[in-house]
Amino acid sequence: MNKPLKNESLQTEITNISRRNLLKGFALTGFVLAVGMPFAGFAEDEETPKYGRDAMPNGWVDNPLVFVAIAEDGTVTIVCHRAEMGQGVRTSLPMVVADELEADWDRVKVIQAPGDEERYGNQDTDGSRSVRHFFMPMRNVGAAARMMLEAAAAAHWGVGVDEVFAENHQIKHQSSGKTIGYGELAKAAAALDVPEREKLQLKPADKFRYIGKQSTKLIDGEDIVTGKAIYGIDVQVDGMVHAVIARPPVYGGKVKSFDDSETMKVPGVIKVVTLEGSPPPAVFNPLGGIAVIAANTWAAMQGREKLKIEWEHGENASYNTDEYRQQMLKSASSSGGKVLRSSGDVSKALETADKTFKADYYIPHLSQAPMEPPVATARIQNGKCEVWAPTQAPQASKDTVAKWLDISSDDVTVHVTLLGGGFGRKSKPDYLVEAALLSKAMDGRAVQVTWSREDDLHNGYLHTVSIEHLEAAVNADGKTTGWLHRTVAPSISSTFDASSVHQMPIELGMGVMNIPFAIDNIQLENPAAKAHTRIGWFRSVANIPRAFAIQSFIAEMADELGQDHKAFLLDLIGPARKIDPVELKDEWNYGESPEEYPLDTGRLRRVVEAVCEKANWGRDLPAGRGLGLATHYSFVTYTAAIVEVEVSEDGDLTIPRIDIAVDCGPQVNPERIRSQMEGACIMGISLAMVGEISFKDGAVQQDNFDSYQVSRMNESPREVHVHLLPAEDFNTPLGGVGEPGLPPIAPALCNAIFAATGKRIRDLPIRYQLES
Amino acid sequence: MKLSINGASHEVNLPEEMPILWTLRDVLGMTGTKFGCGKALCGACTVMLDGQPIRSCSTPISAAKDKQIVTIEAVSEDKIGRAIQQAWVELGVPQCGYCQSGQVVSATALLQNNSNPSDDDIDNAMSGNICRCGTYNRIRDAIKLAATKSGGAQ
Ligand code: FES
Ligand code: FES
Repeated sequence: MNKPLKNESLQTEITNISRRNLLKGFALTGFVLAVGMPFAGFAEDEETPKYGRDAMPNGWVDNPLVFVAIAEDGTVTIVCHRAEMGQGVRTSLPMVVADELEADWDRVKVIQAPGDEERYGNQDTDGSRSVRHFFMPMRNVGAAARMMLEAAAAAHWGVGVDEVFAENHQIKHQSSGKTIGYGELAKAAAALDVPEREKLQLKPADKFRYIGKQSTKLIDGEDIVTGKAIYGIDVQVDGMVHAVIARPPVYGGKVKSFDDSETMKVPGVIKVVTLEGSPPPAVFNPLGGIAVIAANTWAAMQGREKLKIEWEHGENASYNTDEYRQQMLKSASSSGGKVLRSSGDVSKALETADKTFKADYYIPHLSQAPMEPPVATARIQNGKCEVWAPTQAPQASKDTVAKWLDISSDDVTVHVTLLGGGFGRKSKPDYLVEAALLSKAMDGRAVQVTWSREDDLHNGYLHTVSIEHLEAAVNADGKTTGWLHRTVAPSISSTFDASSVHQMPIELGMGVMNIPFAIDNIQLENPAAKAHTRIGWFRSVANIPRAFAIQSFIAEMADELGQDHKAFLLDLIGPARKIDPVELKDEWNYGESPEEYPLDTGRLRRVVEAVCEKANWGRDLPAGRGLGLATHYSFVTYTAAIVEVEVSEDGDLTIPRIDIAVDCGPQVNPERIRSQMEGACIMGISLAMVGEISFKDGAVQQDNFDSYQVSRMNESPREVHVHLLPAEDFNTPLGGVGEPGLPPIAPALCNAIFAATGKRIRDLPIRYQLES
Repeated sequence: MKLSINGASHEVNLPEEMPILWTLRDVLGMTGTKFGCGKALCGACTVMLDGQPIRSCSTPISAAKDKQIVTIEAVSEDKIGRAIQQAWVELGVPQCGYCQSGQVVSATALLQNNSNPSDDDIDNAMSGNICRCGTYNRIRDAIKLAATKSGGAQ
């Protein structure tokens, strides 16, 4: 089914941006491009189950008229429709287009698409799927545009199209050696029909110029290091005023009464606005509170400090994470929770075992804490709202703002800026709605809402809090015969349905259902857990606690059994085989087809072997030093890490080195894959060492980076070595990159600490646990 | 009062305790300097005051009286600053890039005072700058590269 799309040309859109001239580097002139009716790539047959990009809301689009414009001076402009938050997507996807288009990267400009999924296809930048889902559509875009240029050149010279070919920004005539530049051809090419998808001639991989190469420079690199790059917080709109909001400290709370008389005396304060909250479930709704609008952010903050507010905290005021942890441990200690999967007879295996193992692993709430806190700017004119914001979810932003303003989604424009980090926090557009509501309260004047770091930590959509309870049975031959896993954690689903106490398939498919072990008796359970705060996505989500628990537990078992950890782990994984996720009752499989993306234990074994070889597993180390190993499968990518630690006698820990091996299928932009893995290593160390958000009487206890710590340079691994394992070719399925590096780091670190000191960490963060 | 920023003089009429950060960003429209914590904990707001790196979120404009402020917008005018920026681009340091204005200013100040910093010198100078994306290893490499190119380290 081809969805009808708005007949709006890229040219119009670009001219509009240019005229507004708000986002500096985005201004463009001199375009030549035809109006096109984009065709969207949807499966014709509604009955067939959809996977991958076909299953995402609004699917995908591969029309070159939507994504490419060529100016008469030859400048090629490529639209990036996914949000840039550090993963490098504004380089990687346009690079794919440029490669197929045979464009010279130095003459490529990238512009950011506003939220409009009908036009661009899905824009939810999460789940490590931008390149995984859009590699093929973007190849099609580039190839189609190239073929249109070739056809235009052939017509221009009056020769057959098979006599010409594209090379580095020009079309050449084979026999005569004549050339003509893209700029000269742009107008004629744009008037041609877009070739049918079936007739597209994609480049063979050995002709790739950028794809799979190390060298493509970051499109925004120079702007970033010179301070010119425009993030959400840098947006400036005529007449703009600044706001901060005092939000309820407890989830579900609201304002009982307030006094703003001192606030109004602060120089620069313009207005105080009461924002209605919304009762749980939170969804993407703003939390409400009292907003202070001022001439600048500092005055607004000063004004907020002078507010006197009495809150009605509501039923979550009794939330204390210390007590909650005890409650979760209790639920985890006995059966009776929801059974997710049961094969064989675990109770019997445990009863008859030669040796049994049992452990609980705890990870507290975590805050994504992107360096740029949530921020948004909105303006309302003639009943239409424009928002500028760093958002991972442009379409959800548009729809949610429209709902709160009670206008049509078509009357909301969401301009996506660069994100100063996202990590899942900026998938929730509550802060865009705040800006829109405040603009409305200011009769449409542009208002920028900035969250302070305190706001970000106090009122986030946090990573859940969890107990993973594991038990295992081992027989006299040292073979593992039974595996029991009870996972206890408030679910992300509670953010959308307040009554929800069980985890959803997406969370269970992150290392509970899809364990790769060859064990006969398995029981998986999910006892209930009620949420008392907004639970959200945090880079790699529920994989964090699962990898930590399972990979620590396996190391504990190996040690107790006197076996080498690597050998024991490989033995547990068993022989190389492709496991059908359906057999594992994994209903999620990261949204991908079970046939195309089985759980491949051969690939898991390979990353373990590779990282052990690279880090020289088994080597002798001086006292106080240790190596720790962990592996994990997530976002259809396989990773394994070895952390090396040194722990001094008084418990000071340093990390000389981390090795991480990655099999993510074909590597489109290897340089950015490396940087994502390096970053994941640092973030993994950070959350394991110091990451914790705790609650007392319903409120978050951490205020800023002094109490919610994140790793600094002197606390980070001195060396990070990323080992990318090659895929067979570019036709094999792609895996995710942004998230899968994170899960194995915390367990590898704790296993290393055990190797160095004999101390086993089951509760994160590690913080002072190493002090004797 | 008068503020000297990147060699130009700006007359502002603001409370003396207003932080340099918000003066730059919200009053003068110079948005290269970033807000990350507001409490001198993250370094995103780092600028130079008479050649020393300071946290502009926690430094009032009164402290800049008769002094020179240099922000990220003018770092490229300095030879060492430009070398740092080029090394950053060459090694692909930035991920989201939000912390990098502050990182570049801190690194420039480091190399201006110490042409051949050791790993410990780098740790000391840079550990006030948080990078949530985790670009620390490349930052270290880029500082060494810039030092070599500026004729410092061998
Ligand atoms: S914003 Fe100034 S140090 Fe963080
Ligand atoms: S590059 Fe994102 S915070 Fe440093």
